[in-house]
Amino acid sequence: MTEVRQQVMNDSSASAVPAISLTGITKRFPGVLANDAISLDLNAGEIHVLLGENGAGKSTLIAILAGMQQPDSGEIRVRGRPVRIGSPRESLALGIGTVFQHVLLVPSLTVLENLMLGRSWWRPLDRRATLARFQELSRTLGVTIDPDAPVGRLGLGQQQQVEIMRALWRGEGVLILDEPTSMLTPQGVEDLGRVMRRLASQGIAVIFITHKLREAYAFGDRISVLRLGRKVGELPPERLRAMDEAAATHEVVRLMFGTVEGHRGDSETLLARGRHRRKGRVDPATPPVLTLRNVSTHAASGECGLTDVSLELRPGEVLGIAGIDGNGQKHLAEVLAGQRPASAGRIEIDGRDATREDVGQRREHGLSYITDERLGEGTVGPFSVATNLVLKEIGQPPYWRHGITLWQRINELARRTIRQHDVRTPSERTPIAKLSGGNVQKVLLARELGHATRIAVFNKPTYGLDLQNIRLARRRIAEGAAAGLATLLISTELDELLELSDRIAVMYRGRIAGIVENPVAETGSDIELTLGRLMTGAAA
Amino acid sequence: MSVIAESPPRGAWLGGVARIALPVLLALVVGGLILLALEKNPLEYYAFVVERGLLSWAGLQESITRSAPLLLIAAGLIVAFRAGIWNLGVDGQFLLSAVAAAALAPALAPVLPDWLTLTLSCLLAFAIGALWSVVPALLKARFGINEIITSLMMSFLGISFANVLVKLVFRDPGTTVPQTLTLPVEDRLARLFGSTVNCGVIIAVLAVLLVHLMMTRTAFGLKLQVVGANPRAAVHAGLPVGRLTVATFALSAGLAGLAGAVEVVGVLGTIRADWNPAYGLLVVPLVFLARFNGPAVIAFVFCFAVLQIGGESAARRLGVPHFYVLVLVGLLLLFLAVVEYLDHRRRASRGA
Amino acid sequence: MDAFLSQTFLTALIFGAVTAGVPLLLAGLGEQISEKAGVLNIGIEGMMLMGAYVGFVVAFESGSFWLGFIGGAGGGMAVALIMALLCVRLAMNQIVIGIALTLGVEGLTALLHHFQFARSYPRLDAVPVLALPGLDGIPVLGPALFQHHPLVYLGVLLVPLLGWLYRQSAVGLNLEAAGNSPAALDASGVSVVQTRSAAVLATGALAGLGGAYMAEVGAGLFIPFMTGGAGFIAIVLAMLARGRPLWVLLGALLFGVSLALTTALQVTGVDVPTDVVQMLPFAMVILVLVLFARHSVLPPALGLPYIRGDR
Repeated sequence: MTEVRQQVMNDSSASAVPAISLTGITKRFPGVLANDAISLDLNAGEIHVLLGENGAGKSTLIAILAGMQQPDSGEIRVRGRPVRIGSPRESLALGIGTVFQHVLLVPSLTVLENLMLGRSWWRPLDRRATLARFQELSRTLGVTIDPDAPVGRLGLGQQQQVEIMRALWRGEGVLILDEPTSMLTPQGVEDLGRVMRRLASQGIAVIFITHKLREAYAFGDRISVLRLGRKVGELPPERLRAMDEAAATHEVVRLMFGTVEGHRGDSETLLARGRHRRKGRVDPATPPVLTLRNVSTHAASGECGLTDVSLELRPGEVLGIAGIDGNGQKHLAEVLAGQRPASAGRIEIDGRDATREDVGQRREHGLSYITDERLGEGTVGPFSVATNLVLKEIGQPPYWRHGITLWQRINELARRTIRQHDVRTPSERTPIAKLSGGNVQKVLLARELGHATRIAVFNKPTYGLDLQNIRLARRRIAEGAAAGLATLLISTELDELLELSDRIAVMYRGRIAGIVENPVAETGSDIELTLGRLMTGAAA
Repeated sequence: MSVIAESPPRGAWLGGVARIALPVLLALVVGGLILLALEKNPLEYYAFVVERGLLSWAGLQESITRSAPLLLIAAGLIVAFRAGIWNLGVDGQFLLSAVAAAALAPALAPVLPDWLTLTLSCLLAFAIGALWSVVPALLKARFGINEIITSLMMSFLGISFANVLVKLVFRDPGTTVPQTLTLPVEDRLARLFGSTVNCGVIIAVLAVLLVHLMMTRTAFGLKLQVVGANPRAAVHAGLPVGRLTVATFALSAGLAGLAGAVEVVGVLGTIRADWNPAYGLLVVPLVFLARFNGPAVIAFVFCFAVLQIGGESAARRLGVPHFYVLVLVGLLLLFLAVVEYLDHRRRASRGA
Repeated sequence: MDAFLSQTFLTALIFGAVTAGVPLLLAGLGEQISEKAGVLNIGIEGMMLMGAYVGFVVAFESGSFWLGFIGGAGGGMAVALIMALLCVRLAMNQIVIGIALTLGVEGLTALLHHFQFARSYPRLDAVPVLALPGLDGIPVLGPALFQHHPLVYLGVLLVPLLGWLYRQSAVGLNLEAAGNSPAALDASGVSVVQTRSAAVLATGALAGLGGAYMAEVGAGLFIPFMTGGAGFIAIVLAMLARGRPLWVLLGALLFGVSLALTTALQVTGVDVPTDVVQMLPFAMVILVLVLFARHSVLPPALGLPYIRGDR
């Protein structure tokens, strides 16, 4: 990654007026101070990294620049002129283009049509002019995309390139990239780095938001660190250039936590070194507790189904599932949970055919599914914490007798669980939607990892959590496996997989592209490179 | 409409009263302004309605009697709405079941004891209502087709079909205006305490309370609520969403059918061609106003029955047609949504 | 059997089908615009009814059919304005507001009609027709298809116009994006609220126009609740047409035939109870839904209000 990092500092721009200058930006949401007097200068020709964990206020700051949110106080200057960015349209008109974390394109429209979105409605569509600009930007970015392909058919990397084009469409001034690497393969990340470098060298101010220190060091000319809504420090280019990666890391950790020692856990999670820290104790001779034989699923449009997936999982083993989001992981989790029928193939639990069993039956056999959509499907938002704890046991003793709800027992269980797992909630009767993501995850883990659970399927268990809760969740997974739990860990965070898994299977377009031992047996082979290749469908 | 959690938040009592009183008040005021614009005195109208529907003995009896079908429909709507299902086909379910009861009861009355005749008529009505909901229920369960449209279509179909039955199949040959055979007064539902009120209202109140208990105290009720509040969570938790949808629809429509039976075997004794009280959509705002709470539904339905009975009287005496009640209902639903919205905004900004 | 195939019968049937189908066509095209933009417009029944009432009253008072149509479109838009304000701008529940509007308009128009005309139902004069020269001479089809009020031809012209608009214009792209991925539209600098509001208003205008045609031409008078579920049929048409205007036209004609069957049969002296015939369109909707339900596709964001930054 480091060779991408050329020092293309446009010195004339350093002295010039910043492309954007923020002074004392404050934004308050109910109960949260999302941005607390943040001041930042964004210079032309410079890649400025905003670094911080989930909830540090990065997204709010971006939303303000993109015109999606209005600051409560503070000043924004664009090229020295104070402005008010009241809407996305005004933001675009000021030459600020934003690429959001989640792809914001219309999948049913073609690339060109997506790029024509936002034209004045009374003017006829000018395909030729659009195509010309498209080709111009393709050259700027150094990419090739079919302009007439429906966006839904493109890979995520290409979709992101389309979004970058759209962001630059009205003029190459400022480009904001919000966590752009979360959907990319390691190779895709490097490609993106090249594109960013190229754009910066053409005088564009690039703002790159990430929570990964390594990317910040690899791509950034300047690093600003946010924590809990405040800017806690900045590494200017001249200092950054003088540091090696270890020193920069040390400095950023110091900025984020005050000391390195005080928050060793947090800094390790942040550093994401991906060291395998569990000792695999799986005897390959033990019979697998969960087996998939050539399992396929039907996919609706816009989904990725499974094709011919075969896997084995043994007690005490953590099998990681890597892959770019949307390559069939969701279907894999759901078909295992019993939420989705398999169109072909066989699923065995303890060697017994379980293909046609529903969610309840599989739970009875000890299989639990911890979904990534905690509020989307894992819980019922307006219902109490207590009710959500028994959501998968409705009608069963001891909480129901002859179909009559025994609320007292349910509330008792809830109070016990809240104490035991340190769930931060005003009461067991609080609607679960009012809890933070980390606490919702604690409730889910408590519900799914009971004493009877023998097989656990995790789907992105740390997605959207803050550092402390990421660490807690990962520790629980490791402890579970140590206690003999057979664990399937689906994740898009490579470091998480490398830290926890004994083996890592890579999914690509609904198939298992390959399975890699972790850590790799032969020394010297780069496991990340192997996984990255598999993620793009290339042979390992 | 926001989903109501299984237990009400504490300390929201005052806000709850405002959320109920405000839409009612706004509807009455704006409705009154419309009356003013039509050169009618709204105060006189409302006073007349209260006097005729509530304060006069005859009117009060009529209001209580009218509550019975409305309450049964409301009970059905509570089930459906809690499960997140829009059963807007109530009118068709009601009318077809009423015709079925009107056809069966006079035929059985001469041969069977009254209690059996009435029970069988009610059961048949329930079954017919439930049957009429099968198509929307299956379309929703199997293909996810919006049940609002399908249940409405089935309703229009049912209303016309009921008329066909009255005119062509079950017509009483002894009358000039097409209508079904009449159930003799002495064979109808028993009257209470020498009043004109029949025991249908007791059945109805019981139905609402039972539905309320079912929703709040049983596994089945909680399952329906999960489906209603977050269908994807229901799938995730392994609930049989399709079967629950069909059951919900059947129960909801069955109760609407029971309402039709109670109206026939309790009050009318017969059904005339083209009779369609169209209670269905009128009850919708009341159920929302009560936030699906059984006891509250009973109170609101009674108030509405007073308005209807008084309004029918006012149509004759004051020259304000009973369509005005429809305007009030529309306004009530509108302001209910507006007040709910404002309340939501206020709480969001307070960060509660 | 001869009676069914006689020229008079066929002419009456097709003519009646067009007359009964035009309101469905206009309302169906209108609903299609809303649905494309992601708004499930349950209030369309109310918009049609308001259009019918205002259209009739304006035509009755002014003596001009055209003024009546303009009034009808305006009446529909007035109801749509409330819908746009509450459901799009303030993101309230589209179903609740839709039902409320339909109920309110049903009551209001009946009330107003009562106070205006007491219990009399005055009729309009016969509608002026524009016979398309050359085409109106064709046997059966000539008098059935080409001797209508000009609004009918305009309504049919709307079909290719909308088809072009959906595929070839910025408006079409914006509508598609508003229904499929509102956040993407927002990010590209187009206001989702404005796009959807405009769509709802267009729906109101077309539905109002359809209602006005129903009252002024179809019936020649206003009767309370006269739309009788036509708005809901329009919703089904839009649902099954999947964004293709031509399918709305075909569907509207098909339903028009079933609605026109009574009158046409009466022309031939066959007495079929009106109730049986009234069941036809609804029975057909159900049948069509049962047969083709799996093919009806609605935009993913349909019915969901868009709130910026709300994920």
